[in-house]
Amino acid sequence: MTLAPERPVTTAPTTRSRVNSRLSVASDAPRPQRPALTASGRPNPAAHLTPEDIEQIGVELDALREEVMSSRGAKDAAYIRTVIKTQRYIEMGSRAVLLFSAFPPAWVLGTAGLSVSKILENMEIGHNVMHGQWDWMRDPKIHSTQWEWDNASPSRQWKHSHNEIHHTFTNVLGRDNDLGYGILRVDEDQPWTLFYLFQPIWHVSNAVAFEYGIAAYDLELGGYLAKRKRMSDADKATFRADAKEVLTKIRRNMTRDYVIHPLLSLPTGSFLPTMGANLVANVVRNLWTNTVIICGHFPPGIATFEKTSIEGETRGEWYLRQMLGSGNLSGSKAMHVMTGNLSHQIEHHLFPDMPSNRYAEIAPRIRDLMARYDLPYVTGSLPRQASSVYWKVIQLSLPNKVEGRRRRDVILKAAKHFARTGNLGRRY
Amino acid sequence: MTTPLVPADYLDLVSPLRAGADLRARILAITPETDDAATLTLRPSRAWRGHRPGQYVRVGIDIDGVRNWRAYSLTHAPSADGTISITTKAIPDGKVSTHLVRAARPGMLVMLDQATGDFTLPSPLPAKVLFLTAGSGITPVMGMLRHHLGDLADVVHVHAAPTRAAVIFADELRSYAASGRLRLHEHHDDTSGVLDLASLDQIVPDWREREVWTCGPTGLLDAAEAHWEVAGLAQRHHVERFRPTVIEAGDGGTVTFDRAERTVEADGSTPILDAGEDAGVLMPSGCRMGICFGCVVTLREGAVRDLRTGDLTVAEPGDDLPIQTCVNAAAGACHLDL
Repeated sequence: MTLAPERPVTTAPTTRSRVNSRLSVASDAPRPQRPALTASGRPNPAAHLTPEDIEQIGVELDALREEVMSSRGAKDAAYIRTVIKTQRYIEMGSRAVLLFSAFPPAWVLGTAGLSVSKILENMEIGHNVMHGQWDWMRDPKIHSTQWEWDNASPSRQWKHSHNEIHHTFTNVLGRDNDLGYGILRVDEDQPWTLFYLFQPIWHVSNAVAFEYGIAAYDLELGGYLAKRKRMSDADKATFRADAKEVLTKIRRNMTRDYVIHPLLSLPTGSFLPTMGANLVANVVRNLWTNTVIICGHFPPGIATFEKTSIEGETRGEWYLRQMLGSGNLSGSKAMHVMTGNLSHQIEHHLFPDMPSNRYAEIAPRIRDLMARYDLPYVTGSLPRQASSVYWKVIQLSLPNKVEGRRRRDVILKAAKHFARTGNLGRRY
Repeated sequence: MTTPLVPADYLDLVSPLRAGADLRARILAITPETDDAATLTLRPSRAWRGHRPGQYVRVGIDIDGVRNWRAYSLTHAPSADGTISITTKAIPDGKVSTHLVRAARPGMLVMLDQATGDFTLPSPLPAKVLFLTAGSGITPVMGMLRHHLGDLADVVHVHAAPTRAAVIFADELRSYAASGRLRLHEHHDDTSGVLDLASLDQIVPDWREREVWTCGPTGLLDAAEAHWEVAGLAQRHHVERFRPTVIEAGDGGTVTFDRAERTVEADGSTPILDAGEDAGVLMPSGCRMGICFGCVVTLREGAVRDLRTGDLTVAEPGDDLPIQTCVNAAAGACHLDL
């Protein structure tokens, strides 16, 4: 017999909250027309849209979201389970092969497999599960509140800095720290400091050690170092607890990759080759994820926004900011999977909790919508987009060109200030 | 060594029913009982601790990708091979029961909880027993009969069903009756109308002397409870409720934060996050627009409505559904694990 009642499907009238303006495409007060130029004098890519246009975009995107979300089903569930299963088999297989990694072909095969497995685990699985893309399945084993990933940053800290801060305040200067992660100047409207003169070095070293860069960033290590003298004891205690969590996680990951796995390989004389294989796989994963992620928001043609522009922002305006603030990557199906479908960065930023396997199907419709409203849909191949970012990192390591001011003089002035005060952070 | 996962995450890929694995079961066979009822024979994983006849088990099954949990009575006879079975009747609009009867196939895995419930026979067994059942309410009683009938001296079973053909376990019941192991009274609503308990005086003249176990639709249970109450024999009456709680979805409602021991009234347009914060509950929060999943809290019981889409989420006791408090408002009384 059935003890719990069966549940008839009921559709209820929609009620709208006025609590957070971003919950609704409509607004209580009239919304302002966008200015033709941004505060720094660059053309505003959405200047031609009226508030009504933006509301209409919001209505269309809400409908599209509803269409896809209500069609989630067994096929989608099978997709993520297959990806997880595949990744785990690749990992187990690669680690097994690496037990014999003193034999060079085994080293190559195992290292390649482990790299692929780590990339899948971080991108198509970890990042997306932690976004709650699969919470609807109600499977506690594939749930945002339960998931932990193979990365130095603990999921709790990642979800705060990524899901909450970055996805809510995408590309808002001074609110979205993902714009350069506090170590890079990737937009002309970010003020130049002497620190950025060396940013090609910061950028490459961050890419190689990306998982630790992310952990330090999620931990807000930079902020702590800068502000610790003014911090309350409670804030310091919170930081120390968070730092301990990160260090514990790093220690566990390192023990697995650089102690236990090599020790298991010891009988075949493969201790050092296995250790090296883990190191290479971690670095490959770091470089790949960094390369994919810098293509999401830093390539040319992607807009940034001022703090004041998001006051009272409606859901439609938030959607608009996500579309203009993100860029895609073109490529094969395999390439999309290996990027965790972040190659569909625009679609992901519009609907961060939509299952990643559905982004490809809505991409043409988003592109069409943006074309109809005359908005730039930024996309390109990975080599093209990544090299454009590298070039930007080099260009923006220098101060902006300003009429009547020699860049060399600005740099010299900053260098003198640094020599006198030891301060790298003065803005010019 | 498998951090951040546990070894089980890998072992589950190859051996989901092994010792030490989470409790789950593989469907071995699906046997039709009537046009709309079927028995599922299950092989539980090694963690299964067994049951007492009459108890039920919660089964979690993925339908359209979403895990649904429902409770079903265990109906199997003692088995040497350790298999168990549940019997379910497909009811209109019943997503899970319909799926189990019509769409489930042998080989599929389902999730299980340990058996529970106190609708069981005492030890020592009572001398005279009356089973009063209707529809699929027969299932826990069938579990008892299959285990204990040989040890019970005097059993009367009154069973009501819409038609003669709709009687679940009809052949087995009738053969018990034919061999004199119990006295069976079948009542068919299509020919005799709804069972009137006043007729018990004719059907089972000694009903007052019997320990009685009743299971069936709410109407029968309420009538039976009243009947035994009036006779001053309520302590003899054991009942299994068909629908222990009915959650009515409305617009707004009381939100109870179980651990904070605080209850607030919230209207249908206030996110639970705001209602909780206004009441001084320490709520986890994030983007406050439904994208970051930083505010997810377990809904232990109740109904909430998504403010963006109007979609309803209903949690029965035991379902424990995680919900985003920043985009969900109360749609009836809610209990949150906070």
